[in-house]
Amino acid sequence: MSQMIIANRLIDGLVIYMGPKGEWVGSISEGAVFEDEQDAQRWLVVAQQEVEDSVVVDPYLIDIDTEDGKRLPAGARETIRAFGPSVRTDLLEDTEGNRG
Amino acid sequence: MYRYDEFDHKLVQERVQQFRHQVKRRLSGELTEDQFKPLRLMNGLYLQLHAYMLRVNVPYGAMTSRQMRKFAHVARTYDRGFGHFTTRQNIQYNWIKLEETPDLLAELAEVEVTGIQSSGNCVRNITSDHYAGRVKDELADPRIYCELLRQYTVLHPEFSFLPRKFKIAVTGSPKDRAAVALHDIGLRMHLNDSGELGFEVLVGGGQGRTPVIAKTIREWLSPEHLMAYVEAILRVYNLNGRRDNIHKARIKIIVNQFGIDRYRELVDQEFDRIKGNIRGIPEAEIQRIKAYFSPPEYEELPDFTDKLSMLRLADKAFDLWVSSNVEEHKIRGYAIVNLTLKAPDRVPGDITATAMDAVADLADEYSLGEMRVNHRQNLVFVDVKQVDLHSLWQKLGLLELATPNLGQLTDMITCPGLDYCNLANARSIPVAQDINKHFVDVDRLVAIGDFTVNISGCMNACGHHHVGNVGILGVDKHGTEFFQLTLGGSSDEGASLGDRLGRALPQEEVPAAIEAIVDTYMDIREDDERFLDTYRRIGMAPFKEAVYGSADTKVVA
Repeated sequence: MSQMIIANRLIDGLVIYMGPKGEWVGSISEGAVFEDEQDAQRWLVVAQQEVEDSVVVDPYLIDIDTEDGKRLPAGARETIRAFGPSVRTDLLEDTEGNRG
Repeated sequence: MYRYDEFDHKLVQERVQQFRHQVKRRLSGELTEDQFKPLRLMNGLYLQLHAYMLRVNVPYGAMTSRQMRKFAHVARTYDRGFGHFTTRQNIQYNWIKLEETPDLLAELAEVEVTGIQSSGNCVRNITSDHYAGRVKDELADPRIYCELLRQYTVLHPEFSFLPRKFKIAVTGSPKDRAAVALHDIGLRMHLNDSGELGFEVLVGGGQGRTPVIAKTIREWLSPEHLMAYVEAILRVYNLNGRRDNIHKARIKIIVNQFGIDRYRELVDQEFDRIKGNIRGIPEAEIQRIKAYFSPPEYEELPDFTDKLSMLRLADKAFDLWVSSNVEEHKIRGYAIVNLTLKAPDRVPGDITATAMDAVADLADEYSLGEMRVNHRQNLVFVDVKQVDLHSLWQKLGLLELATPNLGQLTDMITCPGLDYCNLANARSIPVAQDINKHFVDVDRLVAIGDFTVNISGCMNACGHHHVGNVGILGVDKHGTEFFQLTLGGSSDEGASLGDRLGRALPQEEVPAAIEAIVDTYMDIREDDERFLDTYRRIGMAPFKEAVYGSADTKVVA
């Protein structure tokens, strides 16, 4: 099973994924996919250091599938974290606050 | 409405400054997340699935239009344009940024609301009857005692680190609209044999994974001793409550373990020790607070009921709305109007910033600038002239806030569920929306009558599923969302916990299951019997058979 690293960004709490160079990206499509368990664990150690450095909160590994090039996390919880609430997305009005 | 005095203002402003400093230290790395988390929670700031979530108290559910406009401003400026009213008479915002939270809290402080103690192991927002001060059967306005308790328990040093969270509800009416039996302390005003006003005190109620109906610890308590008695209950809990296991830390566990008689004994010992000292409420303080809740200056109005009847005859939709959403006011010529946040395909409890502003304007125009939020996630205008009802109804309709479904099957309590909440196992909102799509016939909903459906996305029971006439609990089975139904719950003066119907159902089968339950009820009810009364009379069997079929009944029995 392929894996990715998810976390919340400390400053605004938004969901982020670890990118290919250890940077943090806002979209699951831009995150790094780890095919190898040891590789994933090594990068998770890097992510934990980012917790120490007060950049992110609560990083962990998630399982993903890839379908037609789209990354699909396993389970409802991670799907909702990746793509937002499944209901009333029209309520997310374009306001000054909606700039994450 | 209570207005902050200089001490309230100072306390809240100092708290904002303190939190501003704490956030700065967190962002600089001076505080770790483990150190910071309890500090942010004390101000109502959670970290949820998508971002930080801020929970803001609406004390005993009462709001001014000025406060509602500020809620709209916060939604627009600091969040994504909407807020969510909860079952604890709070409002939550889902996409708050940590770095902006101190500014946000400073803005809320301007209108005298805070997130203080909306989380953490302390006394939470004290909740009450949303019709407080406006109904005929009320013995006294519960908001006075809510406010006294609020002032007493906010930042109380002894009760800021309880074994677990602590919820208090107060009702001044025999008709319990505040679900007092489902609280750690429930206070129910009544008269003793001498005709004196006091409180029946209930203790150890709650929902969550161990639902319990509260037990009466004292039949009658004089209001002058309210603080001392509440303090005695809290102190006995604080000393004896379990801190080793979060699931066994609520007061209900210790009350059950000791037995109510032993718990009463301990409380009475403590009460006797402290009641004679300065902890009684000075009469002057009661009067000072009472003055804030004195009735507004009502106009001398003629009774408009006859003319209203003519308007209702002329317009069926208006008639439906009046029947469902309008309640009698204690003052002639006035009415109480419920604005259900339960329009079909809406998220229960959600309201956009635009609608909040519009509601604030309507409250100014039609309800003396005041409104309430209730524990069923609806808003209430408490002082509407009967003569204005038709005009108000038309304006509410434009905002999708005139859905005539108060207390009906589609007026569902629904927690945010897995769409937002870190604790949830399943999504609640899509289930509510599925049920709404299924029950579209307004006449049928009226015929079904009082019928509460409460939905929680996990066993923590924020959606009050244990006390819904039909309760729906989301569970996770090997990564798939399933829903467990219960029947016969109620949160009113005859509170009861629902009984499990049978095996959990996949989401797509839930509306049909409710349809089967409703059909069975409609078939077997006697006269105008409510669903709850039919269930209590007949029991589970016919409903179980209707949902699972006779073959399945034996399997799940």
